[in-house]
Amino acid sequence: MHRKTIDVWVGLFVLLGLASLLFLAFQAGNMSTLSFGQTYSVTGRFDNIGGLKPQAPVKSAGVVVGRVGDISFDDKSFQASVRLDMVTDYKFPKDSSLKILTAGLLGEQYIGIEAGGDDKNLAEGDRIVRTQSATVLEDLINQFIYSKAAEGKEGSE
Amino acid sequence: MSNLVEIRDLHFAYGERSILSNLRMDFPRGKLIAVMGGSGCGKTTVLRLIGGQIRPQSGEVRIGGEVVHQLDTQGLYRLRRRMGMLFQFGALFTDLSVFDNVAFPLREHTDLPEELIRDLVLMKLNAVGLRNAHRLKPAEISGGMARRVAVARATALDPELIMYDEPFAGLDPISMGVTANLIRNLNDALGSTSILVSHDVHECFAIADYVYFMSAGKIVAEGTPDDLRVSEDPYVKQFVNAAPDGPVPFHYPGATLADDLGLGARP
Amino acid sequence: MIARFFGYIGCSAREGLAGLGFAIRNFFILMRLSPGAFRRPGLISEQIHFIGNYSLLIIAVSGLFVGMVLALQGYYTLNQYGAEQMLGQVVALALVRELGPVVTALLFAGRAGTSLTAQIGLMKAGEQLSAMEMMAINPIQRVLAPRFWAGVIAMPVLAAVFSAVGVLGGYLVGVKLIGVDEGSFWSQMQAGVDVRADVLNGVIKSFIFGIAVTFTALFQGYHAQPTPEDVSRATTRTVVIASLLVWGLNFVMTALMFNK
Repeated sequence: MHRKTIDVWVGLFVLLGLASLLFLAFQAGNMSTLSFGQTYSVTGRFDNIGGLKPQAPVKSAGVVVGRVGDISFDDKSFQASVRLDMVTDYKFPKDSSLKILTAGLLGEQYIGIEAGGDDKNLAEGDRIVRTQSATVLEDLINQFIYSKAAEGKEGSE
Repeated sequence: MSNLVEIRDLHFAYGERSILSNLRMDFPRGKLIAVMGGSGCGKTTVLRLIGGQIRPQSGEVRIGGEVVHQLDTQGLYRLRRRMGMLFQFGALFTDLSVFDNVAFPLREHTDLPEELIRDLVLMKLNAVGLRNAHRLKPAEISGGMARRVAVARATALDPELIMYDEPFAGLDPISMGVTANLIRNLNDALGSTSILVSHDVHECFAIADYVYFMSAGKIVAEGTPDDLRVSEDPYVKQFVNAAPDGPVPFHYPGATLADDLGLGARP
Repeated sequence: MIARFFGYIGCSAREGLAGLGFAIRNFFILMRLSPGAFRRPGLISEQIHFIGNYSLLIIAVSGLFVGMVLALQGYYTLNQYGAEQMLGQVVALALVRELGPVVTALLFAGRAGTSLTAQIGLMKAGEQLSAMEMMAINPIQRVLAPRFWAGVIAMPVLAAVFSAVGVLGGYLVGVKLIGVDEGSFWSQMQAGVDVRADVLNGVIKSFIFGIAVTFTALFQGYHAQPTPEDVSRATTRTVVIASLLVWGLNFVMTALMFNK
């Protein structure tokens, strides 16, 4: 086979591989949501983050408005400190609240942000004060058992 | 007449089995020397030792004064650029055309432009009579033709030393005659030294200047073809006259027929 | 009797170690001579054509069928838990993390590996490699090294094609045939497949497999005896050893890479 022809086929071959890789990265993977856009960071402290992981979405009204960045432990307040990278286009008031929610019944955990009513917006480095921790299954069960036990006691009295 | 290749006190063995012992050979410049003998006598091993493919246990092979097995890889490759070797059955590169096969050493070892290489290759192919076959692949030409292409490839760089390993094996009489003529003419035209390993008495005697006869790793006779034709040595006589039995026995050594048939035991 | 048994094990172990050391030494020789091969990129690209392009068909077809079967099997199980929108994620993760690199490597060993072994073995039997040496050209640099690097380059490409076609096959069966929701198929997949952790690790795996499989094929061919029987045995050895290497390396790499 002529050298030129071989080069063409080899070029096509490598191009095909590159195209497959890009397909996998963008269509199958989360490359498109990897925000290379501008973000600003805010932090929030939680008593319990449950199964929250970095790269988990931050949603408001169900729409992704940011991503979870670092998760670390603050050993002065003994709380989890979560850094949120918020998309610059979306501004939230300073008194917004954070909740750790679960997608579906057994899905991954994400952060829901609810807008407050403050005039001033969150800026880079601000800390969100109003946070609600994740619901831990064991606590729920304990609550349920105690409330059932309390009912039983009242009933028998 | 100085020697291009000298072999002195050469011993070579594969483990326990001795292949060559006490070999002493001279290959003068510009001459065509044949190394002959029956199968398994060690003649191909001699070629391999000269080419540096294997190392002797003791003794030395000198080419142009340099001891071959003492050279490092660079030196060995430098030496080999001045050699051409024809392997049995040609050993052409089957994925390349006839043209590319002959062009191979030129492209690898020289920086000549493609136009010049084309002319050189066609001239070499012309010398072996296969210029018009240059587009064919080795699979598309006969064994004899493949051998000739291999000769063209071996002489592409005009080497000082050309070695031929059984060039006549399996050829028809015409091809044999053509090849023999080619070997002689090339040797004279290039002024190189040729070493011919073969067991074809008729062709070798026709073209060689000097002949070494080997048997079981030793030289049993040497001389010019004319000397050997009238030699009284039993081995040479058996070989030259193609006699079935003589110093080289017909039967594989072992028990006699009487023993095998159980006849010997009878009183 | 028992002593002889232990003696046999000891000897085999020593033989095995010597064989391993021999193979590693050959690998380093190949590495040392590779820069010379890189100066002739034409040789490498020619080999990429023979090794890679000619494997494309079987890789693509296999990828398609694997993806389609994954979608079928995945659907049956996920449906029982009402989680069929996860189908896209299941198919994509299985392909990108494991099946793409591993199955491609095994198919490659069978198709390209055996052809390399046979080609090199027959070249050696036909004295082509000796002829090259006598022409003062190192056959390892001229013949083996370009084929090695072509295999290393071709393998990740083929694995990527396998995974991509597999995902498409999963889409065809899952969405078009079975009727899983198209939107959730892709969005759940995108949510679950991470470019760095999953796709990139898959590429690294196939790169390592390329090195292991191609080297095994070339090594077996180069050291085969110049007889038809041994060349055929060498091709079998290539497939067996390459496959075992792929499984072993895959286990080690999976353990290292995917331990969230």
